Amino acid sequence: MRMLFSIVANAILCTACVAQKAEEVTIKTPTGFSTINVVKDFGRVRHIAVNTNGDLYLKLERLEKGKGIIRLRDTNKDGIYDDTLAFGNYIGTGIALKNGFLYASSNTTVYRYKLDANQNITDINNPETIVTGLVDKRQHSSKSITLDNAGNIYVNIGAPSNVCQEQDRQQGSKGMMPCPILETAGGIWQFKADKLNQSYAEGVRYATGLRNVVGLDWNDEVNELFVTVHGRDMLFQHYPQLYNQKAGAELPSETMYMIKKGDDGGWPYVYWDHLQKKKILSPEYGGDGKKTGAPQAIEPLVGFPGHMAPNALLFYKGNQFPAKYKQGAFIAFHGSWNRSPEPQEGFYVVFVPMKNGKPSGNWEVFANGFSGFEKVDNLGAVKHRPCGLAEGSDGSLYVSDDNKGYVWKISYKK
Amino acid sequence: MKKFSVFIVIIFSAIVYLFAQTGTVDIKASVQRGKKVYTQYCLACHQADGGGVPRMNPPLQKTEYVLGDKKRLINIVLKGSNDPIEINGEEYVNPMASHAHLSDQQIADVLTFVRNSFGNKASGITPAEVKQARAKK
Repeated sequence: MRMLFSIVANAILCTACVAQKAEEVTIKTPTGFSTINVVKDFGRVRHIAVNTNGDLYLKLERLEKGKGIIRLRDTNKDGIYDDTLAFGNYIGTGIALKNGFLYASSNTTVYRYKLDANQNITDINNPETIVTGLVDKRQHSSKSITLDNAGNIYVNIGAPSNVCQEQDRQQGSKGMMPCPILETAGGIWQFKADKLNQSYAEGVRYATGLRNVVGLDWNDEVNELFVTVHGRDMLFQHYPQLYNQKAGAELPSETMYMIKKGDDGGWPYVYWDHLQKKKILSPEYGGDGKKTGAPQAIEPLVGFPGHMAPNALLFYKGNQFPAKYKQGAFIAFHGSWNRSPEPQEGFYVVFVPMKNGKPSGNWEVFANGFSGFEKVDNLGAVKHRPCGLAEGSDGSLYVSDDNKGYVWKISYKK
Repeated sequence: MKKFSVFIVIIFSAIVYLFAQTGTVDIKASVQRGKKVYTQYCLACHQADGGGVPRMNPPLQKTEYVLGDKKRLINIVLKGSNDPIEINGEEYVNPMASHAHLSDQQIADVLTFVRNSFGNKASGITPAEVKQARAKK
């Protein structure tokens, strides 16, 4: 009997240990960096923010026990979060701290919460509504946010479309000319950070022709907005006569732009091709893979391989990392799906060295191993997908995962 | 010899007639043809293992949409879908394009393939059933 009990107990224990281990991964970083897992199992953790006192905020895309924002606090400063506060009854992606306020977005609305001198939220149940009534048609609906130093908030409004065809994602369907989606989406809108209940009428379309920006950050060094854009899908599947399987996996580029007021990224009429280094006319608008177009559109600073999904952008301001990282850009790539049957790509954090707002060297993979696989063929098996980035006041870098709700802290020691 | 040929033709016709009447399909052959259709038109979004893409493109593994009502399934392929689709508490947001340009035979084959792959086991779908759904609009 005792033996039977022991066998059963072992079986239970072992199942538990296997189940736990199955989600663990080893994160590879350059020499001198170390990574620890600081948060687990909060589900769909999208963007994150770290306050000056060390509080870590998570914005969730699926409610956990009815709440969409989590604040984790380490009250006794032992490096482990021991206090969890859950609030906000809405899902979403965007979260940011600025001038004593916490800003958070649903897929239609931007809210803010006032923080007191002890960095506590004064009224967690009654945030102020800053922006409301934004387009949410399910596709590309997340509203990423960032703030400048002049009292403005920038909101991405992704285009609910692949490439503005008459019939979305329909092979052979023509692109609409002009694309009507651009009136209310496919760009960045600027609002006042402290004015209540603004909608499109009170906002400014700051930049257009950006299909779906998920990563964005204000660069204090040059005082400009920078964004990372998810490029279009289906070049090979819809135009096999123009693109082979490999070209369709590699193109179009995922892009990083510096954005000035009034800029146009060219979507849906053109896409960036990092191999030809040109703005190529979309085949839905008469392109053949070679013809260029949209001369008015700006060019990206970096073109990455296709479909890797840059979900977060962060300019590193701290002093903890070696000097080459200062003012450089970290980008969290969520990982692709539109490269199949080629292996999927991404699922890592990239670093772009920058000087005065321009890349000063080639991009490199900074942190890798999140997916748990050397090569990803099966998306369903992927363990973690990088989605958010934040910098702690000590200069550590935080990376979130919206698959299993993990957060890692990456630090450097000489 | 001639008599024998006539006999063969009659038997063969009878078999074809029977198949046409009962709507039975040669599942194995249909699955093989359907796999080619799947690779060309479906795999990019629904993936090689039918697992789909989390939160974007729904999985085809043992779901009610695939194994349940055949008419609904046929109509999703014919008309596409931009309705919210929820499977196991997860919502999928990407729209699916209409695939009405595929022939009745291709749609029957690909759906028979899907209903008998990725861990699924279900009856086949015939071109006649696709034709009927198409006629209804």
